[in-house]
Amino acid sequence: MDFAFGERQLEFRAQLRALTDKTCTAAEIRESWVSETGWSPVRWAALAEMGVVGLTVPETAGGLGLGLVDLVLLLEEAGRAGLPEPLLETTALGVPVLVDAPGERADALRAEWLPRTAAGEAVLAVGTEAMAAVPGAGSADLLILERGGDLHAVPGEATTRVARRALDGARRPAVVSWEPSPGSLIVSGDAAAVLVAALEDRAAMGSGAVLLGVADRLITMTAAYAVDRVQFGVPIGSFQAVKHHLADALIRLEFARPAVYRAAWSLDAGDPGAGCHASMAKALASDAATGAARVALQVHGAIGYTWEHDSHLWMKKAWALAAAWGDAGFHRARVLARLLDGVERGEAT
Amino acid sequence: MDLRFTERQEEFRLEARAWLEANVPTAANGRGPLPSLDTAAGFEAHRAWEKAMSDARWSVVSWPEEFGGRGVGLMEWLIFEEEYYRAGAPTRVSQNGIFLLAPTLFEFGTPAQQARFLPSMASAEVIWCQGWSEPDAGSDLAAIRSRAEWRGGGDDGGTVGDDSGTWVLNGQKTWCSRGAFADWVFGLFRTDPEAQRHRGLTYFLVPMDAPGVTVRPIAQLDGETGFAEVFFEDVVVPGDQVLGTVNQGWSVAMATAGSERGLSLRSPARYTEAAGRLLSLYARRRADDPAGAGRVADEVARAVVDAEAYRLHTYWTATRVLAGGSVGPEASMNKVFWSETDLAIHEAAMRLLGEDAGLLGDDGTPGPWLDGFLFALAGPIYAGTNEIQRNVVAERVLGLPRP
Repeated sequence: MDFAFGERQLEFRAQLRALTDKTCTAAEIRESWVSETGWSPVRWAALAEMGVVGLTVPETAGGLGLGLVDLVLLLEEAGRAGLPEPLLETTALGVPVLVDAPGERADALRAEWLPRTAAGEAVLAVGTEAMAAVPGAGSADLLILERGGDLHAVPGEATTRVARRALDGARRPAVVSWEPSPGSLIVSGDAAAVLVAALEDRAAMGSGAVLLGVADRLITMTAAYAVDRVQFGVPIGSFQAVKHHLADALIRLEFARPAVYRAAWSLDAGDPGAGCHASMAKALASDAATGAARVALQVHGAIGYTWEHDSHLWMKKAWALAAAWGDAGFHRARVLARLLDGVERGEAT
Repeated sequence: MDLRFTERQEEFRLEARAWLEANVPTAANGRGPLPSLDTAAGFEAHRAWEKAMSDARWSVVSWPEEFGGRGVGLMEWLIFEEEYYRAGAPTRVSQNGIFLLAPTLFEFGTPAQQARFLPSMASAEVIWCQGWSEPDAGSDLAAIRSRAEWRGGGDDGGTVGDDSGTWVLNGQKTWCSRGAFADWVFGLFRTDPEAQRHRGLTYFLVPMDAPGVTVRPIAQLDGETGFAEVFFEDVVVPGDQVLGTVNQGWSVAMATAGSERGLSLRSPARYTEAAGRLLSLYARRRADDPAGAGRVADEVARAVVDAEAYRLHTYWTATRVLAGGSVGPEASMNKVFWSETDLAIHEAAMRLLGEDAGLLGDDGTPGPWLDGFLFALAGPIYAGTNEIQRNVVAERVLGLPRP
């Protein structure tokens, strides 16, 4: 039992933090919010150069060929930075589907798209039929879409995309109209079901990882404000009502974190409990982030309720991702159902 | 990162499991369950069980062999705990000693003190209770007034605190868990009457049968004498029963408190085992009353997820500790989380049981869920209330200003 990240994994996180500290300031996030795509091609190129974008792409296709345990700290860091780029969608979700899919059509897709993705020349978006709008679809070069249990891959330009506006200005969902065809199909039937289930588990873990970073940033920002802001002649952080709000937010984050890391490990290791672990991770991380957002707003008071203050950039990410890929209640129900199956089969829980 | 146990750890698990399955007193083998440890008879039955564990060297697996342990590491201790609770074994009557005082003895005790106190603690021949709170010093522990005066020793009166001299203790301690039946008490006394607050305190080890010690048992919420008041009237204590340095008792006590809030007192196995039972209870209630059970489903799931989160966090922390890290004020986050998780598990069970939850058995004692619920209610209070823990988290982890 060894829960520690390796030096290389920690170093990679430090590199990403150095990059985002320089190029992903709140002012730059705001610029992205009003840009055409919601994210910055310059930053994406830098991320690709660093190897982050192609982290899950096999080395033969120009990537690093690494797994989710290597990626999880970077996703968390992306949340902390408020990174607007589609790292979750491309690197954590889209690429693994392409890598894992069986068959000749998948071979062709891999050959065409993986090197370009690793090089930062193509971004991916992923959507299921249940989604009204697909996040990041408007600027994605390749869409990986589930329809009727089958998985398809469709170039963005072959679809009709109607942009929707979202509260999180970087999210950029679009309603995607397209016709499934033999040419778009990657895989169907049982093989597709396996891929879709794995995609949903990775999405739960991956969005959970981003949410950890979002919560971390909100708590740090709010604690700093509580030290600076003076009322009744003292910093508001000296009042127990404020202290307890922040302590609770930190405790929720602290106990969500190892659950997300464990989910990443279980998914990489093909652990039979991985789906349940991913759901636990998403449930805990969603509550940690929405709880942190609530505390951040309350402790900041009216200034936190403004557009001008930066806290909303992270609060809105918390709300969007907590609701994405199943909210906390959805995942708790899923955990309960899976564990009860085990109880009925007489397995130890 | 590799979240599998090693082969040796798995072997250790199986060895512990085999011994526990053969020896734990249970209803199934007719030797249990033991009567409540908060009764005189139950206390002795628990002592006998822990003596049996000790004879097979299972009572304190992580201690060095010379003191009765197996010298295994932190991960193995956590594995043992998982097996202990999996086997349905009883609550440890020695818990104040083995989980709280022992880590403090290992850190601050002299070799002579370790040799004197640890083996009898491991074998449950001496069971310890904690003497910290006083009627006017609860959350505000530094307000304690019980005092110890130096009476000197030898021909020249000795140096204050040296082993040849003696101290005289006076005062009152309260809420001493297991104090009604325990053999020894560890506690904080004021040794410098001029010093304020947390300065001038000293950590003493005192036999409960010393002349001048009077115990008044207190009935708890469940009606049993789980804790006691302890009065000290001119109790003479030799100098070698001071743990750590005279007048530095606060820092010694905080090490004990760290154990109490952190890793050692509440291993996650206790909660994952209860969460497993909660799932089984939920499955049974759902079969009888799907709609009724459904109204509690989210609470059940939340409690189960939190128990697992606590388990993972413990292994995460253990990895950090084994790599040379230490657990500081973060222990306060632990304490809030395990106590509230324990309560959440039992509250969900109470809701599933509905009106029947409050029924006592024919012998007038609560069943496991009600007993566990009443015990869980104490969690957010003992070991420093959760409000105090939140203050610690805010001030010492997040850096918010003290009032």
